[in-house]
Amino acid sequence: MKTFYKKFSEKFIEGLLLLSSTITTLTVLLIVVFLFKEGLGVFNQKPVEEGFVIALNKQNPVNKLSSAQLKNIFDQNITNWIEVGGKKDSIILFRMEDITNYYSEEQIGEQYENLPQCISKVVDSLPNIIAFFSTKYLDKNFQGKQLDIDKISFKEFFSGKEWFPTAQPSAQLGVLPLILGTLWVSLGAILLALPLGLAAAIYMSEIANENVRKIMKPLIELLAGIPSVVYGFFGLVIIVPLIQKTFDLPVGETGLAGSIVLGIMALPTIITISEDAMRNTPRAMKEASLALGASKWQTIYKVVVPYSISGITAGAILGIGRAIGETMAVLMVTGNAAVIPHTILEPVRTIPATIAAELGEASNGGLHYKALFALGCILFIITLIINLTVEYISNRKKYNNR
Amino acid sequence: MKMPDENKLAKRKKWNQSIAFWIFRLLSYFIVAILFSILSFIIYKGVGVINWNFITQMPEEGMTKGGIFPAIIGTLCLVAGSMIFAFPIGVLAAIYMNEYVKDGIIKKSIKQMTNNLAGIPSIVFGLFGMSLFVNKLGFGDSILAGSLTLGLLALPVVIRTTEEALKAVDDTFRHASLGLGASKWQTTRNVVLPIAFPNIITGLILSIGRVSGETAPILFTVAAYFLPKLPTSIFDQAMALPYHLYVLSTSGTNIEASRPVAYGTALVLIIIVLIANLLANGLRKYFGKKVKMN
Repeated sequence: MKTFYKKFSEKFIEGLLLLSSTITTLTVLLIVVFLFKEGLGVFNQKPVEEGFVIALNKQNPVNKLSSAQLKNIFDQNITNWIEVGGKKDSIILFRMEDITNYYSEEQIGEQYENLPQCISKVVDSLPNIIAFFSTKYLDKNFQGKQLDIDKISFKEFFSGKEWFPTAQPSAQLGVLPLILGTLWVSLGAILLALPLGLAAAIYMSEIANENVRKIMKPLIELLAGIPSVVYGFFGLVIIVPLIQKTFDLPVGETGLAGSIVLGIMALPTIITISEDAMRNTPRAMKEASLALGASKWQTIYKVVVPYSISGITAGAILGIGRAIGETMAVLMVTGNAAVIPHTILEPVRTIPATIAAELGEASNGGLHYKALFALGCILFIITLIINLTVEYISNRKKYNNR
Repeated sequence: MKMPDENKLAKRKKWNQSIAFWIFRLLSYFIVAILFSILSFIIYKGVGVINWNFITQMPEEGMTKGGIFPAIIGTLCLVAGSMIFAFPIGVLAAIYMNEYVKDGIIKKSIKQMTNNLAGIPSIVFGLFGMSLFVNKLGFGDSILAGSLTLGLLALPVVIRTTEEALKAVDDTFRHASLGLGASKWQTTRNVVLPIAFPNIITGLILSIGRVSGETAPILFTVAAYFLPKLPTSIFDQAMALPYHLYVLSTSGTNIEASRPVAYGTALVLIIIVLIANLLANGLRKYFGKKVKMN
């Protein structure tokens, strides 16, 4: 009986342990499901907010408009129907508040009870009109035609150059400036951090004596431990004004500020991983080089660095990964302008910063909300690729050594 | 004829080496200098702000005066909540990975997934926590939702540090115990875990340091801009130190006037991280010696 009990409890505990170790897998799967379920929902939606209609006169030959065309029409960048495939006539814009240009308040009624008929009549009487109004005021016998608007397409989403998720009448969901902003800032960060980090890794693993290393190692760990919001705060009060003064800019919140802060934050990752790789260089290899008369420095750059190159690459890639995913520090120092950057001295906006800044305002389940989840998906895929690349690089190393 | 040439070459070799080494040394010191300039700047600006009242009082006058008590309490709640969730699961998972499962496809895939989880950016955790805990499960913006989100974030850290702690235990202990007829779980519980315990605690402390500074995951799951009262249950919203610092420095009503409070908050965060790191290092050193002596 006792052995049975013992066996049973052993099995039970093993099951419990197995269960615990599946939690991480489960979490990753759940993240994928939730992120993509919401994120892919973007492509099933029209860019015009639900509850609003865009209507044309019946005689207008135009039946379809893209979201970018809509925006340009309402921003008056497109002023003639011929530009969107219609007749050669200038476009008349109509928003709900414009009704007062056509009818007096008495005609509309105190409770707006006649508004639907009024809108219908206006749309019917002007052949070149484009009207944007709430479905609440859509007349039962509406005389115009409702415009068919394309759903948001994959292509539009990834190649669109404008990100105005709350724009009226049509949201602009182009993630290109955000993706470029993210890569821009991260690239800058890695260009700053890689030489510094590599130098420190070489110094710690090959040059410094054991005592110096014992002091530096915990300091690097501490650098990794400082919360990102503190880095952001430091950047905001020190680095941003410094950049503004040095380059004589209107604002100091720039891509460069983001790159500097992210560079500092990526240092510990790069240093720790490359140092580990260098310390794993077999002693025999180093000694062989030294015995042939090479100096210590020659040994480092001819033997140690080439041997540990895959570890150094892994460190650099993980450093980029950390920079791409970093949210708070970037949000606080880059200025968050959603435009495609041309120099490093312009404000930029990254994907994580966009999510953090806008999710609070996006209504739950709406287009904006889903678009932000789609950004999350992009971020997830980028980091997954980075992780798998690192895995691949370090695995390949193992096989080569056998 | 040959001798002077060789001398010259050797000299140049030496020259190159010392220049290269000096560059590396200076760059390394530069990194340390960056660290110290960040720390000393925040300590210098914040130390005048911190006093007993600052730590124990509510914010006043649009957070330009008064203390940060509710933010400290909120962070403590979140740290405790996330660790209650992540620590046991993480340790059990690590035990399974290190003591039970054999090398093979299961171990490899669990490891891969844990690595993937560790690589996911914190803002994605925030999105996930919002859609699952806040919306789907209906917890709302609450300490529970925030703790679970932070717990998931900390899970890979706990698993990794615990695994390292278990790996450091010499196999002879396990063999001796198993040889005496103890079962696998008895061996793990009575032999392996006690030896690995200090290192596991070190990992716990480090993950506490990490969790207390995270902002992105709590933005949409728990954090409140300002609350006049302390949370009373796990379904309440709470303020938190990192979010408080973010709000004060970017979107407060009066940014200049609230700067001193921001410096103070940053210093409190730094102190938490410093203590966690020092404690972890101290423990590592202390118990490292002890195990060797045995």
